[in-house]
Amino acid sequence: MSHRAVLPEPDGQLPFPHPLGMSPPTPALPLKPGRHDAGTSVRVENLTVRRGRMEVLKDLSFSIPSGHITALLGPSGSGKTTLIRTLVGVQKFVGGSIEVLGRPAGDATLRGEIGYVTQAVSVYKDLSVLENVRYFGAMSGCSHADAVAAVAAVGLAEISRRKAGALSGGQFSRVSLACALVSKPKLLVLDEPTVGLDPVLRADLWAQFTAMAAAGTTLLISSHVMEEAGHADTLLLLRGGRLLAQLTPAQLRQRGGSENLELAFLRLIQADMAVAS
Amino acid sequence: MNLKMMWATCLRVLMQLKNDPRSVALILVVPAILLAVIYWLYQNEVLAPGQPRTFDRVGLMMLGIFPFTVMFLVTSITMLRERVSGTLERLLTTPIHKADLLVGYALAFSIMAALQSLVATAVAYWVFNISISGNAGWVVLISVLTAVLGVALGLLCSAFATTEFQAVQFMPVVVIPQILLCGLFVARNQMNGILEAVSNVLPLSYAVDGLNEVAQHADPTRALTFDLLVMAGFVLLCLLLASLTLRRRSA
Repeated sequence: MSHRAVLPEPDGQLPFPHPLGMSPPTPALPLKPGRHDAGTSVRVENLTVRRGRMEVLKDLSFSIPSGHITALLGPSGSGKTTLIRTLVGVQKFVGGSIEVLGRPAGDATLRGEIGYVTQAVSVYKDLSVLENVRYFGAMSGCSHADAVAAVAAVGLAEISRRKAGALSGGQFSRVSLACALVSKPKLLVLDEPTVGLDPVLRADLWAQFTAMAAAGTTLLISSHVMEEAGHADTLLLLRGGRLLAQLTPAQLRQRGGSENLELAFLRLIQADMAVAS
Repeated sequence: MNLKMMWATCLRVLMQLKNDPRSVALILVVPAILLAVIYWLYQNEVLAPGQPRTFDRVGLMMLGIFPFTVMFLVTSITMLRERVSGTLERLLTTPIHKADLLVGYALAFSIMAALQSLVATAVAYWVFNISISGNAGWVVLISVLTAVLGVALGLLCSAFATTEFQAVQFMPVVVIPQILLCGLFVARNQMNGILEAVSNVLPLSYAVDGLNEVAQHADPTRALTFDLLVMAGFVLLCLLLASLTLRRRSA
């Protein structure tokens, strides 16, 4: 069966019956107004990814709106990282199609336009913050000033001469972020960027992401912390390699029948399992 | 290939080395110290009049063998780190061309190798008065070329290791057989047929052949040119194979 997740039509039916028997389908909430809107940045159709013999992603279809924050949520092992790697073009897929910024995923011309921050911090520990950002910036022809600006944007200006390896965990992961920001990508893909950060920093980063989206950048951010979902415009809920739903946080609250996003997601999962069994 | 990205990569690798002064010191000083050890090893050698010192032969070969070994190790581990830390995957999502990355690496380590060779050759000439017929410039050139060979082989071998522990294990597989068969212990034409045939396809053999040519002839010979070309060919081949191990997409 196809797990096509689209934003529900105003009179839309739920993709599966709700066993908890509450909250009738509600009209889709429009994305926050006033945002830059240029259509769709990523279009995924019937994507299937196999790693070894395991089918890691099964028949996913969704699209990511431009100039908005899309959060990719799901428990550990649900295929978030594989999906992200496929979108940025480093993971092969066996079925379906992916269009990123109007071109097929992995297209050589996309490399300058996508910023990718891996889950593990991938910067050079033996280089300073600025040296790291300058090097990755050089790959997109960025100047020294661009690098300085990117370092400042993640709040590391004062320690830009310190070696990345000598920084605290939170600062270290922001170096990685700066390395992706420096090229001013149209599409910024972040794999669990807030993991291990304290609440103040997390709020800080999300404020930054929101500002970037307002400036027209499309962001795809994975997380397994459901509370963060509230910051996003659209949510992609992934479980066991399948897309449970694509909806807004408000729709998730409504459908899950809880103000608590974590609980709402859990109820959606339970509902899905009830259908499956 | 994009010169700017290649140069940025070269500078980045040099900067990483600069931030690691201990490694730089080891790279520059260790071959010279080992050369001294070899000198003292043969210090009490009894020579018939007119017979050349063993050190002149062995010490000279070491000027090719040390840079090869050191650069192989340094490069394979550095490149492995790049693969393991995720920076390689990240780089390959940027516009950088694989050749920019590999050549940038090779260039940076070749610069280190050139410095190392200069130090070792200077010590051999001025401290231990090594006596050879040819120009010292040829010795430095061969020495640098063997180092680059070590770099290229290291870049290639790093693809087959998943941990630094494994990378180090490639030493006995890749480097030691070459040292055994390069003509250091037994001249290659005196080995049994099989070993000689094997030594014919090992790049270090040509470095040692070339050094012997320089030792015996005041002017560059045709054989020397041949040895240099073969080494350069091996470098290109290894870099080419290494580029095949860099995949932008994993299955």
